[in-house]
Amino acid sequence: MNTQAHTETSVELTGGEILIRALLDQGVDTIFGYPGGVVLGVYDVLYKTPELRHILVRHEQGGTHAAEGYARATGKTGVVMATSGPGATNTVTGITNAFMDSIPMVVLTGQVPSTMIGNDAFQEADIIGITRPITKHSYLVKNVNELGDVIKEAFHIAESGRPGPVLIDLPKDMLFSKGIYDKNRQVRRRFDKAVPACAPSDIEAAAALIRTAKKPLLYVGGGVILGKAWDELRELAWKTNIPVATTLMGLGAFPESDRQSVGMLGMHGTWYANMAIQECDVLIAVGARFDDRVTGRTKDFSTKSKKIHIDIDPACIGKNIPIEHPLIGNVKDILPGLIAGAERKDYTEWYAQIDTWRREHPLKFSENPDEIAPQRMIKKISDITKGNAIIATDVGQHQMWAAQYYQYNHPMSWITSGGLGTMGFGFPAAMGAAVARPDRDVWCITGDGGFQMTLIELATAVYYKIPVKIAIMNNGYLGMVRQWQELFYGGRYSHSHLEPSNPDFVKLAESFGAVGLRATTLDELDDVLEKANAITDGPVVMDICVSQFHNVYPMIPPGSAVHEMVDG
Amino acid sequence: MKWWMVNFMSDITHHTISLIVSHGFNALSRIVGLFSGRGFVIDTITFGDAEVPGMARVTITTHGDKRIIEQITHQLEKLVDVVSVTDLTFGPFVARELALIKVEVTMENRSEIMQVANVFRAKIIDISPKSLTIELTGGKDKVDAAISMFRPFGLREVARTGSVALSREYQGTT
Repeated sequence: MNTQAHTETSVELTGGEILIRALLDQGVDTIFGYPGGVVLGVYDVLYKTPELRHILVRHEQGGTHAAEGYARATGKTGVVMATSGPGATNTVTGITNAFMDSIPMVVLTGQVPSTMIGNDAFQEADIIGITRPITKHSYLVKNVNELGDVIKEAFHIAESGRPGPVLIDLPKDMLFSKGIYDKNRQVRRRFDKAVPACAPSDIEAAAALIRTAKKPLLYVGGGVILGKAWDELRELAWKTNIPVATTLMGLGAFPESDRQSVGMLGMHGTWYANMAIQECDVLIAVGARFDDRVTGRTKDFSTKSKKIHIDIDPACIGKNIPIEHPLIGNVKDILPGLIAGAERKDYTEWYAQIDTWRREHPLKFSENPDEIAPQRMIKKISDITKGNAIIATDVGQHQMWAAQYYQYNHPMSWITSGGLGTMGFGFPAAMGAAVARPDRDVWCITGDGGFQMTLIELATAVYYKIPVKIAIMNNGYLGMVRQWQELFYGGRYSHSHLEPSNPDFVKLAESFGAVGLRATTLDELDDVLEKANAITDGPVVMDICVSQFHNVYPMIPPGSAVHEMVDG
Repeated sequence: MKWWMVNFMSDITHHTISLIVSHGFNALSRIVGLFSGRGFVIDTITFGDAEVPGMARVTITTHGDKRIIEQITHQLEKLVDVVSVTDLTFGPFVARELALIKVEVTMENRSEIMQVANVFRAKIIDISPKSLTIELTGGKDKVDAAISMFRPFGLREVARTGSVALSREYQGTT
């Protein structure tokens, strides 16, 4: 297929050299990876290419999560490399996580030589087939001359439209054989999936609807972060005086210290954000997808409102909730039109109503002086970092408390597994973020369960002196599982009690060469956080033993409507 | 069957969707995987060369309520290998399928079966003392009707291609 003529910029290289050269030409400075038989051709080139930093992880799952953390802290595409077979299959959870949260990622997997594919060769796995439902697109490279184009296309696909992971499967012989690489060659635009620009009349109609609203609400999702449209979003909010609720993925898009913020909505959102959703008359969804964790029982979701939905993915419009005014496109392109058509209105009554809800049902928790309440732990981390750190989490109670009690004021500062809910995501993702942003403090708030799933990356963090501050909210249980068992399964704590088998996290950290600290009282907690905050030359593990039986509230019980939420 | 299909049973419509895709297994696998992964239904699917070299036309017949049909179209449009998606059902279109029907025959009923085949303008393409193989082209309803007519004689084997379809060019003057 490839018969392009030699041009001034075309050179003949091995496939491995083409791969590395093309990555550098895409602006990649860091990849996370793990070598193995069939990708040694690439690693041999890496040996001679110090300008491309390779972080050797300890498990390919950690590598994919780290690449995602890197992507979410920078807005660039994360890159991960693994060998064939088990190396490739170990990336599956991380790829799915990136797919669900629309994070741009390029996954490079080795494959057995092309002549042996299909023969059940050693370390062969049909990774293209395995990952087809969890990638935006995938390539099996069969012609080394196409490799350069494939890399370019892969980055374009990963980053354009609704971002997502792209996998490139590289048979061993493709890395050794020679081919032509031309960095200036144009990519075929057949792959351009750009949606047509949103009609100005549609935007004006939406703006007109907003002008008539008495009780409008902005419902802000991760699309604002991915589309880097937080400035526009803030301008719209401040110009119109409309209250702002963010989803789990949208945290940081709007400063929570602002009076207009009602915090997070959804299953464990604030009472007042959820009531505002149910009572508003115009709901403006910006880069959000009406996830079931937000809508509760769909037929009773925000029934009094007309809905405007801005999203880049046409398939997200009306998928779960009927929409009156869809605006399809990049939020960054559409919001200026809305800003132009917006007017500042007096919403005194609406804010009075919201403040009443806020007064009657604030975020609150019980605590006694002998124990560390988990919510207190988060508040103290928020205080010591002044709301300026990058926070990465796992999934469960600690994640919800980290969402509720940390005050997010900056975008690209909240890295959590939203769609897939992946335990073990937090620490490697924090590591990737810390590698990407040495200028910022990076904290991983995790649980004693989730941390154990990928803690082996401590070896990586110690070796590369990656300053991640790992705060383990150690309640000795799979907390959210225990909470559901308490509330919905008669208190039968089946296989959710980890305490008897947990390791000593301090000794564990020390065995890796990391700093380990423990806090069991509030005084110790202050001390531990101070010490950890001062460490900047490597990872620190904080074993923070919190009270065991706190539950996350408010909570919309599964199957209930948003306004049927329970406050603790 | 998905819960939403039960809820919206009354609204279910049948659709014929025509796709232009890059020619290859990856495209077909992704299309079929999308239907199975998201709980959509494929009634028939055909895959073959399109007018442009390197491109294939895929014709899918499916059914579902309005929301499902919209989702199918949007989700298909997102696939990188898919160049265009047209729901032909929203305009006039022509659709045909080919069926080969092997019917058991006896000395006594062979001519009767051939008369039935004639009514459907079908061709006999293979004959043996105990069977006839009939080639039939038409819309789904015609093929269904023909098979129903042959069934009492004893259907030995049936092979149907599923629909291929194109939009109708000339729609009359009014």
